[in-house]
Amino acid sequence: MKKLFAVLMVAVMLMSCAAVLAEAPLKIAVIGPFTGGADIYGKACKWGAEVARDEINAKGGLQIELIELDDVHDPETSINAYFTAIDQGAQMIDGTTTTGPCLAVSAQAFEDRMFMLTPSASNDGVVADKDNMYQVCFQDPQMGIIPADMIKENGMGTKVAIIYNVSDDYSTTIYQSFKAEAAKIGLEIVSETSFIEGDADYSTQVLKAKEAGADLVFLPIYYGPASLILRAAKDIGYAPVFFGVDGMDGILTLENFDTSLAEGVILLTPFSAYDTDEAVVNFVQKYTAISENGVLPNQFAADSYDAIYALYQASVNAGITGETSYQDACELLIKQFAEMEFSGLTGTMRWDETGAVNKLPAAYVIKDGSYVPYGN
Amino acid sequence: MVAFLRYLINGISLGSVYAIIALGYSMVYGIAKMLNFAHGDIIMVGAYIVFCVMVYLSMPPFLAVLAAIVVCTLLGIAIERLAYKPLRQSASLAVLITAIGVSYFLQNAAMLIWGSNPKVFSSVFNVGNLRMLNGELVISSEALLTIAANIIIMIGLTQFTSRTKMGKAMRAVSEDKGAAELMGINVNRTISLTFAIGSALAAIAGALLCSTTNPNLVPTTGSMPGIKAFTAAVFGGIGSIPGAFIGGLLLGVIEIMAKAYISTELSDAIVFAVLIIVLLFKPAGLLGKPVREKV
Repeated sequence: MKKLFAVLMVAVMLMSCAAVLAEAPLKIAVIGPFTGGADIYGKACKWGAEVARDEINAKGGLQIELIELDDVHDPETSINAYFTAIDQGAQMIDGTTTTGPCLAVSAQAFEDRMFMLTPSASNDGVVADKDNMYQVCFQDPQMGIIPADMIKENGMGTKVAIIYNVSDDYSTTIYQSFKAEAAKIGLEIVSETSFIEGDADYSTQVLKAKEAGADLVFLPIYYGPASLILRAAKDIGYAPVFFGVDGMDGILTLENFDTSLAEGVILLTPFSAYDTDEAVVNFVQKYTAISENGVLPNQFAADSYDAIYALYQASVNAGITGETSYQDACELLIKQFAEMEFSGLTGTMRWDETGAVNKLPAAYVIKDGSYVPYGN
Repeated sequence: MVAFLRYLINGISLGSVYAIIALGYSMVYGIAKMLNFAHGDIIMVGAYIVFCVMVYLSMPPFLAVLAAIVVCTLLGIAIERLAYKPLRQSASLAVLITAIGVSYFLQNAAMLIWGSNPKVFSSVFNVGNLRMLNGELVISSEALLTIAANIIIMIGLTQFTSRTKMGKAMRAVSEDKGAAELMGINVNRTISLTFAIGSALAAIAGALLCSTTNPNLVPTTGSMPGIKAFTAAVFGGIGSIPGAFIGGLLLGVIEIMAKAYISTELSDAIVFAVLIIVLLFKPAGLLGKPVREKV
């Protein structure tokens, strides 16, 4: 027994020596809702980050350690998770996933000088007036302007109906910017209707769009309610062009969903899991190996994957190691992000002085249960 | 004109779902004198059971609905036994808070078991659509089924409470618990039976709700329709079976008409404004019996 104990002790000593010899890893906190009602987004960000970490660590060189913390899509919990991350030695943050918590955490991080790169909190208030806060995703207003221009230029529709979620900031912001842009470029809007999260009826909005003679319905909403609208339209034999934005991404992952309903739907997203590009195929393969039930990655996953790589690239260029304090890392990263160009899964991006990203979304059409680039 | 008819039919179909949910609320309130806020969540559980039996076990829809009725009835009895019965003698506020707790418990349990990503419900009754006026007016078979189920349940319940022994016992308990007990009525068993019937109705409502208007099944599916149906029950006169029926139908029609002709953003505000106006003139609801408090 004593001998065994001695051997064990020696082994422990050797291992701790090895740990001292190896360079301390870069500690990145991933904060998002891994449980609760918004867990699909948080989990996607977590798994996306894990794929990036595994790839980077397998290459050797500066290693990455992720500190994964659940915030249940609640601002208060998110702030607590943020403090826990600091306690555990986080040097920068990939997060937080959702806008509400991100507004709270980014204000605190601005005071503490902790660098944050959110993969997915798309509200413009998230980055406003904070020099240490950057986004990988598009800002909501852009998601209204780009579709309006596309519809007009490509003649996808002449009479547009909009159905938006009045209880959701994301949806309302896109609706307003779409409307403003449409007025500017002379795109006719014939019907504007809304719904509230959890509503039991979606048929009226669809009927009103049909009555108004709309040939294109713009849906700046998430895929859950969008699927209900597609069904309500089919029920009354109404078949306009449906145009969704990034919130539409994920509609094909709904369990038991009749994908023929989504046939022909156009959506705007920076990432498609159905792309045949080598980097995407590689990512999808590694992602589905660790995701629950092998669910396909959505843009949240890809944005978070890019966030880890962007943070890594900036850290390496700035000479940040596992020993750098988070305050020092913050100033170094701000300088890097102001200048660097980064290309990832969701496109080639640069950041402006506010922290908003500059990249191009692509339009896809849903065909046979998969995304096909628009125009092909 | 065709558009108006379409809106009307959608309104009646939505109102019928509200009415079936409201019947459950109203019965439990009328007899146990408590607001069972977990009712909406039992609807959600019922819908999940139907989904699981149909999709994972590939059983026919009617067996799935039957399974949901059995599970929800047992669940309703269990909730009553564990959460409400121990509080029978305490203040009504305590029971109300417990009901809210049960509601959260069911939602979170569902989230743990089934996750938060929506599951798309397949209709339990799809025999094609009824087309009228040269195909301009389309009525789905689910909408017709909902309306029919609503009427059958309403008539069945009225007959049950006025004809059968158990039904009469229920009415007696609802009038005066103490006196009913003195007459040899088992009050506890009567209340349990009320919960069982209410929960069975919730299972049917869940299957119909998800077949007609909202096929995306999430753990919060029952909450919004639950609140609307509760409003409908108050609107019609809580505790009254025909009141719940009329309240539900009116609420559905008003909601859809407000959306169609006034504003989709204001539709809920309009619905609740109508409720306030009705309650100002008829405080007990449309068909409710005014109760004089004895001091």
